[in-house]
Amino acid sequence: MNTVPSLPAQVAQIARRSLLRTLRQPAQIVPPVIFPLFLLAINASGLDAATMIPGFPSDSYVDFAMAFAFMQGAIFSMMNSGTDLARDVESGFLKRLAMTPMRRTALLVGQLAGVLAVTLLSGVVYLVVGLIAGVTVETGVAGVVVLFVLFGLIGLAFASLGAFVGLRSGSAEAVQGFFPLFFVALFLSSASLPRELIEQDWFRTVATYNPVSYLVEGIRSLFIFDWDGQALAVAFAIAAAVTCVGLAGAVRALRTQVVR
Amino acid sequence: MSTSHRDNGIEVEGLVREFKKGPRAVDGIDFAVAPGEIYGFLGPNGAGKSTTVLMLTTLLPPTAGTARVAGHDIVAGAAEVRASIGVALQDAALDPLLTGSEHMRLQTALQGVPKADRKRRGMELIERVGLADAADRKVGGYSGGMKRRLDLALALVHGPRLLFLDEPTTGLDPSSRSDLWDEVARLAREDGTTVFLTTQYLEEADVLADRVGIIDAGRIVAEGTPEALKAQIGRPALEIVPADIAQRDAAAEVLARFGEAAPAPPNAAAVRLTGGNDALAEVVRSLDAEGVRIADFQLHAPSLDDVFLAKTGKKLGGEDETGEHAAVAETPPAGPAGEREPVGSGSPR
Repeated sequence: MNTVPSLPAQVAQIARRSLLRTLRQPAQIVPPVIFPLFLLAINASGLDAATMIPGFPSDSYVDFAMAFAFMQGAIFSMMNSGTDLARDVESGFLKRLAMTPMRRTALLVGQLAGVLAVTLLSGVVYLVVGLIAGVTVETGVAGVVVLFVLFGLIGLAFASLGAFVGLRSGSAEAVQGFFPLFFVALFLSSASLPRELIEQDWFRTVATYNPVSYLVEGIRSLFIFDWDGQALAVAFAIAAAVTCVGLAGAVRALRTQVVR
Repeated sequence: MSTSHRDNGIEVEGLVREFKKGPRAVDGIDFAVAPGEIYGFLGPNGAGKSTTVLMLTTLLPPTAGTARVAGHDIVAGAAEVRASIGVALQDAALDPLLTGSEHMRLQTALQGVPKADRKRRGMELIERVGLADAADRKVGGYSGGMKRRLDLALALVHGPRLLFLDEPTTGLDPSSRSDLWDEVARLAREDGTTVFLTTQYLEEADVLADRVGIIDAGRIVAEGTPEALKAQIGRPALEIVPADIAQRDAAAEVLARFGEAAPAPPNAAAVRLTGGNDALAEVVRSLDAEGVRIADFQLHAPSLDDVFLAKTGKKLGGEDETGEHAAVAETPPAGPAGEREPVGSGSPR
């Protein structure tokens, strides 16, 4: 006698599929791991002089720039979750899943869990490479734990935005079109310089209003400051808010995709 | 109307589906499919076949009308409907990055097959559709026929009592098509599964279906067993090729005594025999009496093709009624049953 599998069992099946898919597409693994490290290396060597600016919060630019790498990893999770779901819409696989007793939440949570596992794995690589390169985490082991919780939440926020775009558009190309926008948002944030040291007024204004700045600053605080409760609280709050918006949009888009 | 959960038939009343800025894709259809029956839903592209399947499988809400599938309302009892049916939609929706067995594993798990039975059930079905050797290969490398067979196996994992197949053989080569027909026939005959099958191939409906519904522009224009539908058209057509082409008109004059003229190639004359096959001997005698020598003749039993033409005024490939050779090209080569009425040169009007 067949019985409807439990929600966690459904999530596990979808997450497993998502992981398998990702592992079989090197294009979904290599860029999120390599590009951020590549940029980190360039920035660390090219911008090291920035640490000489009076008021620069760290004496090591690599420590300062680690947050940049983590943010890029989170943005890649938007790309991966969005592309995968859009492909499922395009191929009709979503309809196949909709014909099973599986709950829509399971599809979404499972897909995001699979993406998130890859994101966290790339985070481990950034950290290990960083530590080898001499990065210090001021907040210690507890800071690393908080780092991965925050990084996971930020990854989830971007992944759910990706899921929303992917399900809404049903087109992998549309997701890929959105991807650079997030990179622009990252470059227009305080990722390269602390806000108070940005000299251009317009840039400083944009960076101040750009929520990405606060995500970067939350992660960065764990590397270069001792515990900074406010920076962390703001980062967690923004990541949670974006996750809520992304998930709400994705659930809505999924409903229209499954029953048109 | 039966409400028993054991019922594995389909009852459709006044089903309508409208799309924004479009015509009514399905325009008030009524039909019933009996448990264990293979019902062929026949129509050209855009007739409303797939829209009907999407509604009956709960993937698309109807604009109006009701339908019960396996005893459950397709709107109020959508979850129960989904649990009772297996579906293979038009494009076998598979993940090119997963293997055949990984698809089975996912599908058996999501359909709630007990963990201990999943592997066995998956392998059984993979073997049943002849994919055992390809089970561990990624689906991206499968041929069209292999994908359709895997799709069918996936539709069967939870032992559905009712199976929806949307154009299961479109785009397949003759041998793959014939394999799939065998499997579908076996499901209905041996397992008692009800099968709702859409097709644009007349022959597929003729070979497989117990009953056929013909849909055109969102409406059902004819329904019945293939035999009954053909009997409605009734009279067979006789085509004569005179040995001397100069005698073609003479032959046509003789044939005209036995019924209305039917379309024929330039070197032949044809008639739809008012007196049926019984008139055959008399036709031959009359031709002989008029000195018309016959090089060849063919008797065409009415086909579903003729039924379709008679009911819709169209050939089943979207062509207008021209009476010329078109229908032949639209039907696939002979299948496992091996029998085809000669659908020769003239499809009668």
